[in-house]
Amino acid sequence: MIHVRFFASVRERVGMAEMQLPCPLGGFSVEEVLTMVEGQAGTELRDVHLLASLNQQHVPFTTPVHDEDEVAFFPPVTGG
Amino acid sequence: MVVKVQEEDFDVSAECAGMAESKGAGALVTFVGTVRDYSDASDILSLDIEHYPGMTEKELERVSREAAQQYDILDSLIIHRYGSLQPEDNIVLVAVWSRHRAAAFDACRFLIDVLKSSAPFWKKEMTPQGSRWVTDCPGCRAGSREGHSHAPHAAPHLLHSR
Repeated sequence: MIHVRFFASVRERVGMAEMQLPCPLGGFSVEEVLTMVEGQAGTELRDVHLLASLNQQHVPFTTPVHDEDEVAFFPPVTGG
Repeated sequence: MVVKVQEEDFDVSAECAGMAESKGAGALVTFVGTVRDYSDASDILSLDIEHYPGMTEKELERVSREAAQQYDILDSLIIHRYGSLQPEDNIVLVAVWSRHRAAAFDACRFLIDVLKSSAPFWKKEMTPQGSRWVTDCPGCRAGSREGHSHAPHAAPHLLHSR
């Protein structure tokens, strides 16, 4: 399984804080995880502002994802 | 090097007094970020700060290590709060110790700038007109809709074009 988490405005658009997705044989990318999330949630999330992390590190959307990984999607950060 | 992510308030003097590696320092530079009572469009009644537990600490530790490599400093401390805050409440403390003042000033500025563009915190303002997520994107303000970065001081892996 792939553990997917959502934060801030992305969490509100998806309507939940996390989701579990089956990991296909051979794995796939963060981009493909996003496509599956959009299908499950029934909402478009991708725009220029969306950021992603893999196992709690910022990553580009082309990064490969493996079984048991934690992927998160969120808007640009605004701390400090 | 100490990093704390917490809901409760902090006392700057008490927090700075306990740093073991600060011995021998000739300079201590601190930055404290607080909640403003206004934004571009409205008064602010309160501010909710959401964070990504685990990743937040890792990012703050990463930028602290980066500061220690880039500047001649003895120690650093970052405390960042989350939860519901009121105007004038403390949000973040960055403190840096060094033998000479220049390194402490430079490293403190570096830490708060990088933290603001990479640590996973999100602010939501509560106003008389309702709530809204804070957005801060120079590229968006300049009107660029594609290919701009939201992390001007962060590593290239934060750049993306979609």
